Amino acid sequence: MSDAILRLTAVTRVHGTGANEVHALRGISFAAHPGELVAVMGPSGSGKSTLLTIAGGLDQPTAGAVSVEGTDLVGLSPDERARMRRTSIGYVFQGFNLIPALTAAENVALPRELDGIGARQARDEARRALEEVGIGDLADRFPDDMSGGQQQRVAIARAVVGERRLILADEPTGALDTETGEEILRLLRARCDTGAAGVLVTHEARHAAWADRVVFLRDGVVVDETGSSPVELLTEPAAR
Amino acid sequence: MSVKHALLALLEQQPMYGYQLRVEFEQRTGTTWPLNVGQVYTTLTRLERDGLASAEGEDAEGHLIYRITDAGRDEVATWFTTPVSRTQPPRDELAIKLALAVTVAGVDVGTVIQQQRSATMAALQDYTRLKRQAGSSTVAPAEPAEPADLAWSLVLDSLVFGAEAEIRWLDHCEARLRRAAVERSAAPTTSAPASERSTR
Ligand SMILES: Nc1ncnc2c1ncn2[C@@H]1O[C@H](COP(=O)(O)OP(=O)(O)OP(=O)(O)O)[C@@H](O)[C@H]1O
Ligand SMILES: [Mg+2]
Repeated sequence: MSDAILRLTAVTRVHGTGANEVHALRGISFAAHPGELVAVMGPSGSGKSTLLTIAGGLDQPTAGAVSVEGTDLVGLSPDERARMRRTSIGYVFQGFNLIPALTAAENVALPRELDGIGARQARDEARRALEEVGIGDLADRFPDDMSGGQQQRVAIARAVVGERRLILADEPTGALDTETGEEILRLLRARCDTGAAGVLVTHEARHAAWADRVVFLRDGVVVDETGSSPVELLTEPAAR
Repeated sequence: MSVKHALLALLEQQPMYGYQLRVEFEQRTGTTWPLNVGQVYTTLTRLERDGLASAEGEDAEGHLIYRITDAGRDEVATWFTTPVSRTQPPRDELAIKLALAVTVAGVDVGTVIQQQRSATMAALQDYTRLKRQAGSSTVAPAEPAEPADLAWSLVLDSLVFGAEAEIRWLDHCEARLRRAAVERSAAPTTSAPASERSTR
């Protein structure tokens, strides 16, 4: 399919040089389509986070191509890439990465304000995003006064605000209990069901199972993939 | 699985006929452990023989209705209050297969593990799809209103956690085999070529 929101082609990432050389990714090709949630699993050090930071334009490949909504990320200037990160790509970090001095709504509105839209509109969008993740009533709270699950919802609202169509999440359920973790997955799933593409890095098979496809990494290569049937088939109810 | 106790527990709610029992059972457990009607009738006959249930005549449509006896009620109470025995774990085909794969020459254990993990992950994806259909709310996990729906969603969770545990165990096996292979190749005294290839 050519209409992938995210496409990595033969991506290699080498850290360090000489004796210290680490091949974090070795010629990986990978795509995520509209409406699709893809999970990435693999042992520690297999290259999952590297894959995600490259997909999100936070890191650059040593070789290979990365495109998001048809734009070649590698060829962009740093400024253009930063803009792309604010408008097209939502990133959910394991540690939430919220700014403690800002309220939930301000945290969510920040990327949109940086993008130059009016403060009023950014605030409205932020409130809508917070409602979408079920915590509209916490808009004026500060991160320190929220539970881990609530902070993670704010982080997800920030990642989806402003119609961004690529959502990247690195261990978003890390420190959460089983039920809260599942709610986070429901949110990501719901966002993908409305047309976004999602990539989820996780150690938990139970969470990976919410994805349409599960990709297994080992030493920087894809060793296996389940559920690789076309997205169209996967939207049908399970035949059982 | 104890079909006998499951049917007795259902009869404790109200007298029922065979097909009805099957429907009630599957409402709670899906088609996870399918019961055929023949099995239900055989079990009912045995329950009657053992004095735990009694046939009490036909309804208007000619279905033979069974009712639980006092002895049957005691049997159900004992079943619920006795933990399921862990002293004799059910035979686990996968554990047995891996135990043999690591000892039989010429088996590519890495591939055995990888294929199993894919298959188990695919099953886990199926269970999760069923869960999503069961509780289709987008934000909060929908709390099933009917007790039978709650029962079914708990059975699904049990399948989910079981599959997850199997995948974790497979990851663990793979990591241990890799480490064993590294240690073997690091140790100059051992030649052990027979199991070397087993870990890819
Ligand atoms: N900045 C860096 N400099 C040198 N090596 C790095 C750097 N970042 C990552 N690596 C190496 O690249 C490899 C892949 O790392 P990565 O963080 O992608 O793994 P991961 O799959 O996310 O692991 P985990 O499950 O522990 O988060 C590792 O061997 C790591 O040590
Ligand atoms: Mg990582």
